[in-house]
Amino acid sequence: MRVVLAEDLALLRDGIVRILTAHDIRVVEAVDNGPSLLKAITEHRPDVAVVDVRLPPTFTDEGLRAALAARERIPGLPVLVVSQYVEQLYARELLSQGTGGVGYLLKDRISDVAQFIDAVHRVAGGGTAMDPEVIGALLSRHRDDSPIASLTPREHEVLSHMAEGRSNAAIAAAMFITEKAVGKHTNAIFGKLALEQSEDDNRRVLAVLAFLDSSPRS
Amino acid sequence: MNLMDTARLPDPRPADRWALFGIAVALVGLWVVGLVTLIFLILAVALLIIWIGLPLLLAALAVLRWLARLHRRLAGRVLGVAILDPYLPLPGGGPFVRLRVRLTDRATWRDLAWLFEVLTLGFALQLTALISFPFLPLGWWGSPLLLRMDAGITRLLLASQDERLHQRIDELESSRQDTVDHSAAELRRIERDLHDGAQAQLVALGMNLGLAEELVTRDPAAAAELIAEARTSSTTALSDLRSLVRGIHPPVLADRGLAGAVQAQALAHPRPVDVDIVLDGRPPAPVESAVYFAVAEMLTNSAKHAAAQHTWVWIRHDDGVLTAMVGDDGVGGAQMTAEGGLTGVQRRLAAFDGTLSVASPLGGGTIVTVKVPCVLRVSTAA
Repeated sequence: MRVVLAEDLALLRDGIVRILTAHDIRVVEAVDNGPSLLKAITEHRPDVAVVDVRLPPTFTDEGLRAALAARERIPGLPVLVVSQYVEQLYARELLSQGTGGVGYLLKDRISDVAQFIDAVHRVAGGGTAMDPEVIGALLSRHRDDSPIASLTPREHEVLSHMAEGRSNAAIAAAMFITEKAVGKHTNAIFGKLALEQSEDDNRRVLAVLAFLDSSPRS
Repeated sequence: MNLMDTARLPDPRPADRWALFGIAVALVGLWVVGLVTLIFLILAVALLIIWIGLPLLLAALAVLRWLARLHRRLAGRVLGVAILDPYLPLPGGGPFVRLRVRLTDRATWRDLAWLFEVLTLGFALQLTALISFPFLPLGWWGSPLLLRMDAGITRLLLASQDERLHQRIDELESSRQDTVDHSAAELRRIERDLHDGAQAQLVALGMNLGLAEELVTRDPAAAAELIAEARTSSTTALSDLRSLVRGIHPPVLADRGLAGAVQAQALAHPRPVDVDIVLDGRPPAPVESAVYFAVAEMLTNSAKHAAAQHTWVWIRHDDGVLTAMVGDDGVGGAQMTAEGGLTGVQRRLAAFDGTLSVASPLGGGTIVTVKVPCVLRVSTAA
């Protein structure tokens, strides 16, 4: 797998390169600013771009803007955005294009190397990897009469794993239950939220995220 | 603001009838002192042709100032306002320098004009007031009125010519003090948070890693456990640092300015928030930050206390004033308390001449309005 990395702090850049390389992921170019990122992406057409939100020259959300611009230019280009902090606003902007291949994680999560590598693979494969903090805030923000309030605690847990972008198998492993039990919970959740079931993991995740993002406004 | 300033000044209460009587006695008695001062002054000027006149004049002017100060205080008591001294600050230096400063200070010449007034018209008023005091109803109504007239004239002649300037200085002094106190308290809070939070966790992290290093060959399983623990404490430290950073200056505010940051805040709000912001540029960074925290505080209050179904934020910049309003349809009855968050917000805004007002009838929802005069900077970079 080929990756373009954008991170301006050398210490972190080297660390991420080391982690990726150790898991047979090739970093074709590691850049430290927004404009170079766009150039590198267009030039290398990587399987996934791992991008820090805050980059020079502006030291604001340069990385996020570059990632969004790159996805405008190359539709469906998988982008995993990492940051020292997560904002619902940015998550929404990343998801607004309505296609998969998007990730948004706190940099803290990189320290759980296996999870991080899993997220990189997932995003590269067109899936989604949303930080638990984003999902947690989305889940807690609903009206009392929202169907989310009718979920059992177990279903709630499955829903949050699902919204983070995990497959049924991964959810089963994380919750120490069988994949079949996860399937049962999933069915119940989709029934309660009145969403259409989909065999495709990725479409399912996007449907859930769209539901969560819109529900407080309904 | 104004209430607070008046409270800081001496003797803001008007005197009662007995105190007025005492003041009348004092004023009439002071007539003699005034007369002596005048004679003293005339004598000093006459003696200026020989050297002794110079120190005498300085002394006489000092007496005149003392007398004027006393009358200012008495008139202030009668009127229930503070009458401030209008004098220029006296520099150090020889008698010539001091005399020059005194004589070029317009307040000195007004003191002199007042001295003639108080010895004639002023004394007539004071004496009439004192004599008529025992006679009802003339004394009951007339004497305080006469004293007030006298005090009014004194104020006219002796008060600083620009009361508003003084008031402004008082406002600035008090808001500066608040700002300094606020920043000092913030720094203490940040220091404490760092010390008890991230710093302590990094220490634990280091200890765990050190121990793991020792154990890695002897007991790999225990080492792995320690390393996992170290990773957890790094995550906790990061999360502590994140919330600390948000409290200092939220990254999204740096990224997206006031509009974006308020939008982000609204998204994180437990209830739906309608955001309506139109700004053609960015306010100066400190104002932006103060207004952001003001809006954040108001949203938090609304979520905590109002039991509102609907909350909205409205921000505009018109005629050089940035106006931010946060409203909800909750229970209302919100009040500003001395230690409340809104008071803190108000103090912070005062540094920019900003104001905060609360309209919150019981059962009628709450609208908090923040106004800060400022100029928007049109940014070319998005």
